[in-house]
Amino acid sequence: MLIDHPLLGPRDAAEFVYKGDAALIHRPDGAAEGALEAFIDYGYLRDNPAGTHRELWFHEQGDRSWLVVTRDTVTHEISRVELARDVARREGRSK
Amino acid sequence: MTQRNRLQGGLIDRSKTISFRFDDRWMKGHPGDTLASALLANGVRLMGRSFKYHRPRGPLSAGSEEPNAIVALRTGARQEPNTRATTAELFDGLTAQSQNRWPSLAFDALSINDRLSSFFAAGFYYKTFMWPAAFWEKLYEPMIRRAAGLGALSLQPDPDSYDKGYLHCDVLIIGAGPAGLAAALTAGEAGLRVILADEDPLPGGRLNAERLEMGQQASHAWAAETTAWLAAMPNVRLMMRTTVTGAFDHGVYGALERVSDHLPVPPEGKPRQILWRIYSARAILAAGATERPIVFENNDRPGIMLAGALRAYANRWAATPAKEIAVFTNNDDGHRTASDLAAKGVTVAAVIDTRTDAPKSARYEVVAGGTVTGTSGRLGLKRIEVTDARGQSRRIDCGALGVSGGWNPNVSLTCHQRGRPEWDANIHAFVPGGTLPEGMVVAGAAEGAFSTHAALHAGARVAAAIAADLGKTPPSPDLPQAEDAPVSLTPFWHVAGTTRAWVDQQNDVTAKDIRLAHQENFTSVEHLKRYTTLGMATDQGKTSNMAGLAIMAEVAGKSIPEVGTTMFRPPYTPTAIGAFAGRSRGTEFRPVRKTPSHVWAAEQGATFVEVGMWLRAQWFARPGESHWRETVNREVLQTRNSVGICDVTTLGKIDVQGSDAAAFMNMMYCNGFAKLPVGKTRYGLMLREDGIAMDDGTAARFAEDHYVVTTTTANAVPVYRHMEFVRQCLFPDMDVQLISTTEAWAQFAVAGPNSRKLLQKIVDADHDISNEAFPFMACAEITVCGGLRARLFRISFSGEMAFEIAVPTRYGDALMRRMMAAGEEFGVVPYGTEALGVMRIEKGHAAGNELNGTITALNLGMGRMVSKKKDAIGSKLSEREGLNEEDALKLVGFKPVDAQDTVPAGAHLMTRGTPVDAAHDQGYVTSACYSPNLGHHIGIGFLKSGDARMGEVLRLVSPLTGVDHEVEVVSPHFIDPEGDRLRA
Repeated sequence: MLIDHPLLGPRDAAEFVYKGDAALIHRPDGAAEGALEAFIDYGYLRDNPAGTHRELWFHEQGDRSWLVVTRDTVTHEISRVELARDVARREGRSK
Repeated sequence: MTQRNRLQGGLIDRSKTISFRFDDRWMKGHPGDTLASALLANGVRLMGRSFKYHRPRGPLSAGSEEPNAIVALRTGARQEPNTRATTAELFDGLTAQSQNRWPSLAFDALSINDRLSSFFAAGFYYKTFMWPAAFWEKLYEPMIRRAAGLGALSLQPDPDSYDKGYLHCDVLIIGAGPAGLAAALTAGEAGLRVILADEDPLPGGRLNAERLEMGQQASHAWAAETTAWLAAMPNVRLMMRTTVTGAFDHGVYGALERVSDHLPVPPEGKPRQILWRIYSARAILAAGATERPIVFENNDRPGIMLAGALRAYANRWAATPAKEIAVFTNNDDGHRTASDLAAKGVTVAAVIDTRTDAPKSARYEVVAGGTVTGTSGRLGLKRIEVTDARGQSRRIDCGALGVSGGWNPNVSLTCHQRGRPEWDANIHAFVPGGTLPEGMVVAGAAEGAFSTHAALHAGARVAAAIAADLGKTPPSPDLPQAEDAPVSLTPFWHVAGTTRAWVDQQNDVTAKDIRLAHQENFTSVEHLKRYTTLGMATDQGKTSNMAGLAIMAEVAGKSIPEVGTTMFRPPYTPTAIGAFAGRSRGTEFRPVRKTPSHVWAAEQGATFVEVGMWLRAQWFARPGESHWRETVNREVLQTRNSVGICDVTTLGKIDVQGSDAAAFMNMMYCNGFAKLPVGKTRYGLMLREDGIAMDDGTAARFAEDHYVVTTTTANAVPVYRHMEFVRQCLFPDMDVQLISTTEAWAQFAVAGPNSRKLLQKIVDADHDISNEAFPFMACAEITVCGGLRARLFRISFSGEMAFEIAVPTRYGDALMRRMMAAGEEFGVVPYGTEALGVMRIEKGHAAGNELNGTITALNLGMGRMVSKKKDAIGSKLSEREGLNEEDALKLVGFKPVDAQDTVPAGAHLMTRGTPVDAAHDQGYVTSACYSPNLGHHIGIGFLKSGDARMGEVLRLVSPLTGVDHEVEVVSPHFIDPEGDRLRA
């Protein structure tokens, strides 16, 4: 498999470490009301689609960027690759 | 022995004669021969014994699809079992042994299996050997394993090397037959970067096996001329002896190049094979087609082979299995074999054509509407029984029979992703279907266009389309005139009423087995395969799947496409494990990381141990010490009594800097770090988000915006990855930067009551490291040895007054030598990982054995460390009910009631008087050692409500190792529980 790194171009998947669903970006606020329930959902409940899936890959043998890779789990077609940091900011995470 | 079945012509080099040995016979052949062609030329048809029934077998094919002629090549450490004689290139001195026979190929004791065949029908291992059950493991299985199977390994290390390589191209062309050559010519002239790969040493494919005219020249001459033309193009890479073994995602292909298989030994500096990973923008599959046999009674005798193979042996290798042959066919292609062999002076006894309208011939007899209904000849074909259209039988003498049931496009690589072959009723075969691997197109016989003309034009056409697609101007290469015969075939799969008719010759599956499987309700083709093992041998059923499907369809009353399709998986042909391993074997299995003091330690005669990729000193034995524990005891006692030094460089070090560093640290660790004063170090426990302990270590604060984190050796990489995840994915706007500095700093633990005195001789005088100026948990950036920058930490894993000192890695060796010299007056000792382990167990510090992926802060006795005042990774889920039960496991120590007893790690704890079972389990020992300070064994581990059970005597059991004795629950802090030594 090849992942088209937004900064480095196409790189072999062997250079990356896979983590999982990009929904992991949406970590609940631990100080909020009902946080335990939210964390159980966050930690254990994932969609398992046959089709388009956004997932986190770490370029460990490369520039150490976390990427959000949009991959079709049926065909392995990769339709989009972005820096996870950009995705996280766009989706409302800050500090 | 003469080459009595050698014909005229052929593409072999008759100017040279070479010798080879098969079993105990030396024979002659020529360069260009395969082992099979040379054996046939020497009159040898019998080349092996079958897998299950030990039936005598000869080659069925002339290529890599071969199921039968499988031999062991070479001798000694280079002996290579299960090699196809049909693809093994002949070299001078080649030795080959037949397999799966004893005592000899001609007389094989286990051919008794053939007489007992009724016991070995489909699924026999579920039936015949069922009772008594106890016999299975001791008798039946060893017996079956001994009798079945293929070749044996030499059991010696392979002396050859294997490489891995990476290639990039615009277009990978798989197969150098007419379609592949035309495609390469077109793509090459268009200026694309082309790789043309073929498993054969000689480019041309069937062009070398046929007697065809192309333009004004013979087909093999056109192939040679075209190849020379391609070889001169700088943008074309010809890769012969290279099998494309798999099609993977995104245009990535695996290919095995047999660099030296055709030589007695690899040339100096050359590998035996190279496993290539080819990155292609596009690929053209021009893999040709594989002929399929017709199934009939006793169709497996040596001398019975595919008609196209018989023709290939005659035309390319000038060899024939016999001087008198017959052909059994359902299509026009079989007649081509008859006329080609007749042209070479071989007698064609008859062509038996299943079609009533079979073409006539003036040169040989044609039995139209006939079938072959039997054969005879124990070790090789002697005659066949032919039944004509009126049902009358007669015998025809012949030493070889060419069989043709038509041709199957070679769709293997189209199936490696999501392709599913589809039935083409025009050619009665499966053609590529479904979604092909990304970027792949198919041309020529592989897509069902069987004529030479069609293959040439398809190859040129698809290559031109790719060139245009990739922005090049496609040329129109000059293609020669070539034959364009239509496919003329009437499907005929098997002769009815057989009892011993082989469908899959490599796995010994008969037509009867398939009928039996259906009768026993294995009606899905996937079940059929697994029950009968049809198509599951090393040839993946290249010559057998179609007949199996056809017979299945017939008994099920369905059409072939209704029954199912054939599927293939990588690798295309069997690939040696050595090729996948490449250079990663022995000491080069993976990189070795050495610590800065490695050379010094080796000089001291240290024993090393692998810790991840690191080599660490395990202990430093002195002359006269007879047992490793004697050494370790000395290292421990001397450290606790005076001073010892240990290289701890392998611990992970991560530099954390930025204005949000404190907030980031607070998020990473379950305990607080924001209020850690500058110049101080703190123990930190890092949790996974699910609340389980991930790693622990210390973090030092060198400035408001600068922390240095340490991790355990094993977790250096995962912790860094995790911290980057938190930084980039969860808190993208935090002003914080991370870098791993594990290799940048050489770090040593200096432990023991004389550690300060020793370091005072090393640390430059303007840095006060007295207890008042530099107390327990202090850290500072200092200089040593007259100005070398260094970091000093007052931390202790051993429980003694201790420091860790770090200098830039290139000074590590010098610092170790300097400290050992400085410590001489105190009797300083180096200590290894064993002494380190003993001291941390004596002190009750958790390590990898305790942080085992199931343990929480509560279990470690650190429940109160998990701050409720802040959000941190893992803190919320550590509140889960299941992790906070009343009787949760707690870290405690154990000492044996009888001081002679051990406390082995892994042993479980039971309350006295209860049954020894999982339901009554109270906990387990995680780490254990002999404590030289206490004079007996000790252990630490986890016990239900352990902190409330001090003094209780428990039963320690390990049924596997025979341990069953009593231990007392004690504090895990065996040494200095109040911590006075640390603070001294």
